[in-house]
Parts: sequence; structure tokens; C-alpha cells
Amino acid sequence: MNLIILKPNKENLQTYLVLGVILLGIGFLDIISNTFFNFNMTGFLPNIINYLSPLLLGALGLHFIRIEYSGNKILDQINKNLNSSNINAILSLIVIFILIKYVPSLLNWAFFDANFLGSTKEDCTGDGACWVFVKVWFNRFMYGMYPDAEQWRINTSFLVLFGSIVSIFILPNTIKKYIILFLLFIFPIIALNLISGGIFGLKWIETGAWGGLSLTFIVSAFALIFCFPIGVFLALGRRSDLPAIKYSSIGFIELWRGVPLITVLFMSAVMFPMFLPDGTYMDKLVRVIIAITLFEAAYMAEVVRGGLQALPRGQYDAAKSLGMGYWRMHFLIIMPQALKLVIPGIANTFLALVKDTPLIFVVGLLELAGMIGLAKTNPEWLGMATEGYVFAAFVFWIICFSMSRYSQNLEKKLSTER
Amino acid sequence: MSNIIELKNVNKWFDKFQVLKEINLEVKPKEKIVVCGPSGSGKSTLIRCINRLEEHQEGSIVVDGKEISENTKNIENIRAEVGMVFQQFNLFPHLSILDNCSLAPIWVKKLPKKQAEELAMDNLKRVQIEDQAAKFPGQLSGGQQQRAAIARALCMEPKIMLFDEPTSALDPEMIKEVLDVMVDLAKGGMTMIVVTHEMGFAKEVADNMIFMDEGRIVERAKTNDFFENPKSDRTKLFLSQIL
Repeated sequence: MNLIILKPNKENLQTYLVLGVILLGIGFLDIISNTFFNFNMTGFLPNIINYLSPLLLGALGLHFIRIEYSGNKILDQINKNLNSSNINAILSLIVIFILIKYVPSLLNWAFFDANFLGSTKEDCTGDGACWVFVKVWFNRFMYGMYPDAEQWRINTSFLVLFGSIVSIFILPNTIKKYIILFLLFIFPIIALNLISGGIFGLKWIETGAWGGLSLTFIVSAFALIFCFPIGVFLALGRRSDLPAIKYSSIGFIELWRGVPLITVLFMSAVMFPMFLPDGTYMDKLVRVIIAITLFEAAYMAEVVRGGLQALPRGQYDAAKSLGMGYWRMHFLIIMPQALKLVIPGIANTFLALVKDTPLIFVVGLLELAGMIGLAKTNPEWLGMATEGYVFAAFVFWIICFSMSRYSQNLEKKLSTER
Repeated sequence: MSNIIELKNVNKWFDKFQVLKEINLEVKPKEKIVVCGPSGSGKSTLIRCINRLEEHQEGSIVVDGKEISENTKNIENIRAEVGMVFQQFNLFPHLSILDNCSLAPIWVKKLPKKQAEELAMDNLKRVQIEDQAAKFPGQLSGGQQQRAAIARALCMEPKIMLFDEPTSALDPEMIKEVLDVMVDLAKGGMTMIVVTHEMGFAKEVADNMIFMDEGRIVERAKTNDFFENPKSDRTKLFLSQIL
């Protein structure tokens, strides 16, 4: 008799279905009443069983409704996707219970109990997040200490940047080329001059005042643009037949990979100026960008080298047999294929670079996370660290997720295999 | 007529293993030579030395009047005159068939793009796959890929064509379409050195046969003599096994 009860089958579909759904329902009721109404249905049971009761009930219920080819479409879908075996059933339940337990309270904190209105900490009366903090400091989070009256200069630069990037996707190939060249070679100079000023009657604004998200973008963009070609050349250098080039590339890569970024930044700001000849001066921001660029270039080199090693020797043979020299072979045949292979690795390095930028706080430059760190120590806004860093996490996530999606699209677009 | 390719006492080692031993070989313009022999006998290495995909350590190799050695400047210029077809096709998978063919003419011979593409189309017609020009290598059958690779080599308008087992990686029904193209090419007067096991092809086009074993040229003879009256026992054994 026992055995028959434990072996659900199609003949007794109705019985098992009802039994299973009831058990499952009690399990869910237990967790819901526990979470939202502070009422423990199974409190009379011994401790451990009490704790696991929703899981045990749910798993038993799912076991009863696990009937193959039942003919009921919804049931079959549930069985296939959530309930294909006892272990999968338990894993499904754990995930669902965690969502039930924590997502509502997270939403409550972030939205329903949160405060959005007002202009001081005292306006935050609810139990949830105090987004007033982010609202009041938003301008600083975006622009750092950059004077309010001059912020149009940053806005203009970034509008031009995003406008050109969008136009690359829309315009035909013939014009595209020129926009990319403009972005790589002309735009950085214009943008730097516009933002720092000092010419054409624009007020000079020293880099110490730059900050917030705009600084995150500036540092990341320059480091991204420069670390890529340097990494490519280092990767080629490491595979070179010429010992001098080979060993200096290896030395460079291993040196930079072997030290933490934070020490590199510290040295770039504190020690590097001591080695400069008297009277020469290099801006702190420039030094920091160079340091991050070289640091990430070492990683990029190894990623690219991985792609180079994955290419069959026949590709080199074919390129050589057509009379191509070293550079033509590499830039027409080898690199396009190797780089395509390592797009995920390149995206990884780029994401790491963007997320490493907050470390520039060690030299006194405050980008988004740094500005938040500063704001949370303001006496009027003590205790706002959570809101601030959640906001920072959200912004970084948006940036990084977009980059990740773009790299995936690129992979698909460049794929020529069928 | 003077020789277009001349090898004298060529020796080559991979580390301590000697792959080529005292190779002497002269090839006249328009001559067709088929190289055969068991695997590991150095056939591929021999023809790869002719455009210096492999370096030889001793002896001299002269191609079209220019000696090939480690001191050779502009080895690229010599390679551009020597076309090569590989066992594994080695098409560039990131480029369309047309771009595969026109790339080297544009970047090495500095032809204008339009002219290079016309040249590429002419050669694709010659190997009868002009309708595949826009496709990528991965979309073609093995036979079509190998014909595209031949067209790609021909686009450089080489004086010499080297074939390194061009049909060994192909399914049986595709071998013929590639051999037909090669027969055509031979009839057009190209200087050819072909490493192959296709003895039917050899009998049809080769002027001379070379049999290699253990890094040596064991026998070199006119094609008829080679098949009907092989001199060395090693050749006889080899022929008895593959014919």
C-alpha cells in the first residue's frame, strides 16, 4: 500500500494532483505566513523540522505531481522545467522561497518605504532608503567639484561623444570611417581642452576639481582607447623572434601583472614626480590615466596572446605564401581572427578596467564612488552609505551590462561560421 | 633553358632529426613534377623550403635566379611569385571568398581594389566557383574551398605553383573537381610541383616523377619510365602498394 502511494502514476492522476497541490500549498502558505505575517504555522514541531517544513512539504508535493506525459500541458511544463527530479525539485523550491522571502523586503526598502521628496536628512521619515541623499548630491556625483556654471562644457563633450557613437550605428559605412577617426584622434583633444579650459576665454579648471561619474568616464575612456593597441603590440612582442623585443615584452607584462593597481596608482602620484627633471610637471590625472592604461595593457596583452595561440599555423603559412610581410600578415589575417576569438576576454578586461577606476581615490581623485565616499562623511548626511553605494553599484552595473551586451552583439555580428 | 628552381645539396634538420638529405633538384620553366613517397619522407618539407615556409640549414636553393637563405632580403617578393596550395586549404575564415582572393593583390601587389576584384572574379571563374564569391569559407564544401584556395594563389599571378597534398583532406567525390582544375592549370603552361598520391593525375600531367624516402630523393625519372620501369627496389615496393 505504501509503495503505491509513493509512486504516482497516470491512472490516479487526479488523486495525486490534488494531494500534491495541497502539500505544495501548505508549504508556500507556511513560508508566506512566516515572512509577511510573523506567524509560524509549524511552530509546534521540533526546531529543525519546523525550520525545514516548507521545503519538506513542498518537495513531497512536487514528488506527487511528478507524472510524466500526464496530458495536462501546464503540469508537463512545470515537471519539465522545475521538477524533473527530487534534487531539482528541492533546488527549485529553495530558489522560489528565497525570492519570496527577500525580494519583497528589498522592494520595500528601495521603493515602497523609501523617501524621494525633500532636501535634508530630516525629510527621510520612512523605514526604507533615503533617496533624498542621492537627489541632493546628484550634481556632485555626476560632476565632482566642477563649478556648476561650467558644467555645460562636460555636458557638451559627452553629448558629442554619445551622438557620434550613436551615429556610427546609424550612418552608412563610408561616413562611419571618418566618425571613428574623429572619435579616436580629434575628439579627445577637443574634449580635453573644452573640459580643462584655459583657451578661447574658457575658465581654467584644474583636474583636482574634476570628479564624479564624468571623471569615471574620462579615465575609463582614455585607458580603454590606449590600453588596447598597447596590449596588442605587447602580445606580438611576446611572440617575437627577436630576443630583445621578446624579453622586454615579457618583463613589462610580468612586472605590471605582478603588482596591485593600488600601489601602481600610489607610485604614479607620489613617487613618479620625483623622477621627473626639475621644472617639468605632469598633471596628476594624466599620470593616473597612464598608470591604469599600462596596468590594463599587460592584461590585454595576455588575452590577445591567448587568441594568437589559438590560431592554426596554416593561417600564417597561407599569409606568408601570398607574399605578405610580418605587419600585413598580422593586421590583415592574424589579428582580425585572434581578436574575434578573444572578444569575451577583451570585454572582461574592459569591465575590470571600468570597475577599477574608483581606486583613483588613493591619489585624491574622486570619481563616482569616491564622491559618494566623501558625501557620506558630510555631518548632515551621516549614515547614508548604503543608499550611496547602492546607487554607485546601480550606475556601474548599467555601464558594465551595456558593455557586456555590446560585446555579445559584436561576437554574433562577426561570426562567419555556420 | 635555364632552371627556374635549383636545389643543391640541401640538408635540413628538425632539431637532431634530419628531414632532408643531400637534395638536388632542378626544375625548368613550365615543367610539371609530381613528388610521391611514404609519409614522413620529407616531401612536404621539400616544397615548403622552396618558398621558405621552412628554413634549410645547408646547401643552396635558387628560385627564379634569386638565392633563398636567411640573408635574403624581401623574401616576400619571392613568395609572391610562388603560389602554394595546402592540404587543409587554409582559407582565411573571416573573409569572403572574393576577399580571400583579392586581399593579397590589393595589399602586396598594390592593385586598385576594383582591378583586384576583377582579377579575383576571373580566377574564380577559372576554377568554376564564381557563384560562391560572396560566401564565407565555412559555407563551402571541401572541394569548393580547395578550388577557392587555388584561385587565391593564382590571383598573385605566380610563376610557380606548389601543391602540398591538395586532395588528401577531401572526400572521394570531391577529389576529381580539384584535380580537373589542376589538369587545366597544367595544360595552361604553369610550372608545377605537386606532392600527391593521385597517380592517375601524375600519369596525365607530370613530365617528371620524384620518389622520396627517408629525406632522400630515391628516384627521379620521366613519368613513363617511372611507372613502367622503376629502377630502385624501394620505388617498386611503393608503387606495388599504391597502384
